[in-house]
Amino acid sequence: MARYLLGRLFDGLVAILGVVTIVFVISRLLGDPTVLLLPVGATEAQMAELRAGLGLDRPLWEQYLTFLAGAAQGNFGDSFQFMRPALDVVLERMPATMALAFSALGFGLVFGAVAGSLAALFRGTVVEAAVMVLALLGQATPVFWLGLLLILLFAVELGLLPTGGYDSPASLILPALTLGTFTTASIARLLRSGMLDVLRDDHVRTARAKGLKPATVFLWHVARNSLIPVVTMTGILAGELLGGSVVTETVFSWPGVGRVIVQAMEAKDFPVVQAGVMVIATTFVVINLFVDLLYGILDPRIRRRG
Amino acid sequence: MRDFWRALTRGSGWLGLAGLLLIVVLVLLAAFGPLLDLPDPTRTNLRARMVAPTLSWAGLGAHPLGTDQLGRDILSRIVAGSRVTLMVAGAAVVLGGILGTLLGLASGYFGGLLDRLLMRLVDIQLAIPLMLLALMVVAALGPSLHNLIGVLALVSWVRYARIVRGQVLAVREREFVQSARAIGASAPRILLVHILPNVLTPAVVVATLELARVIVLEAGLSFLGLGVQPPAPSWGRMLAEGRTYISSAWWIITFPGLALMLTVLSVNLLGDWLRDYLDPRLKVR
Repeated sequence: MARYLLGRLFDGLVAILGVVTIVFVISRLLGDPTVLLLPVGATEAQMAELRAGLGLDRPLWEQYLTFLAGAAQGNFGDSFQFMRPALDVVLERMPATMALAFSALGFGLVFGAVAGSLAALFRGTVVEAAVMVLALLGQATPVFWLGLLLILLFAVELGLLPTGGYDSPASLILPALTLGTFTTASIARLLRSGMLDVLRDDHVRTARAKGLKPATVFLWHVARNSLIPVVTMTGILAGELLGGSVVTETVFSWPGVGRVIVQAMEAKDFPVVQAGVMVIATTFVVINLFVDLLYGILDPRIRRRG
Repeated sequence: MRDFWRALTRGSGWLGLAGLLLIVVLVLLAAFGPLLDLPDPTRTNLRARMVAPTLSWAGLGAHPLGTDQLGRDILSRIVAGSRVTLMVAGAAVVLGGILGTLLGLASGYFGGLLDRLLMRLVDIQLAIPLMLLALMVVAALGPSLHNLIGVLALVSWVRYARIVRGQVLAVREREFVQSARAIGASAPRILLVHILPNVLTPAVVVATLELARVIVLEAGLSFLGLGVQPPAPSWGRMLAEGRTYISSAWWIITFPGLALMLTVLSVNLLGDWLRDYLDPRLKVR
């Protein structure tokens, strides 16, 4: 198990290094930020001075090496817009993104698990059909449209909730509901098909035959064994949600990581873009490590393979 | 073909059939939209701004789905937008599919360093959220129709490459491949004539599932202003523009989104069914 995890850790580090390289190349393609940073009518000399100050006059490979050395120590340079460390600018937005990601994920896991189990238990009835239709619709609805519809209903028509912003706990409800709907739909579908597979297994028949209570069979023999695909999916969804859902954050003016990266891209603020994508990629890799660990706990066969 | 039809009309196949029918309607609408007697989707009319939908039991009326903030007819814009959406998404899926399939073939067949490098690249790309990657590339290259198609193809090749590679590994040592090798067939010939037909099925399944993702991604990029550029109508852009007028004109954001949802739904339905019909093993993500 330890060796398996070390291997995965190494793969993760290589992936992060690759991400950093790609981001460096792309952000240099974005163009010259000095034009945007200086007031209109700045002289050529002023621009050259600023470029030298930012290190943009060095050869590309030197910029890359400086960048790598800095990145390893969490130093991405100062943000061009805010004139303070870029990593700080990104990390400040992390609580907002995490609040949104975890509420959406929590919502999705609870409702998805309930809906998926109900659909599997009441196979072939109206319950299953209703869950499946709702899940199909939930997966097909683009999040930003759902967000707009929810604003239309709850903020404009009913006036119950704020249209956006980050002022009160109430402003979390609509964005979390928006992102949570897709999560619920994915989890429900996955859990249902996983459970239907397990229900057919021999060990479930044995458990029933030896007279265990239906609830015990369901929790210990069915639910536990259909969790692996759900764990994988939760990992993927958590990675995507923690990566900042750019569009949802835009719809609700939510001050998260995704939004700050997009704003930095528009302002050609390279350090913030680099720090932001780096934070996201690292989060993603760490979550995947957790998922691998969980596999080991859920399925002893993986643990022993080592 | 008869089997295919039978599977579509029996059991839960009706869902796939519904998806297929919706897609056919959409494609026909996109293809023959200009022949319909609809107002010009880009013509503004400030005297008819934000007209509420006139669709009722009595008939269509002048603007069945209403007009937007510039007085443009929303129904014509949705029909025109479907051309753009389907063209961009279709081209991206085909391009990404060809690229991913070729790289997956090479990776699985030749193995070694090439395989390791390509699969690392896949891991790296999967660690960056799709939307963010697409945004960065579009921002760097500038938004244009060609760049948009290129970016969407670039973000979707990974899934094809992975699945095709796995499939190649499974057939690479089979007897028919070994005998082809023994009689001296060249590597490109073996790959294209003997292995490719065996990996096409999963590639087609991935393509359908990928089509839905690409459509949503394109709409998202257009929503953020980095996708299809005006005056070309696009569903994502219509949603972004209608957002400002959400409190006075609900129809501007409602109908383009509905079109988007129906499109994604029909592609998903067909894709799910195709996957179960052609290759149930792909179900495990």
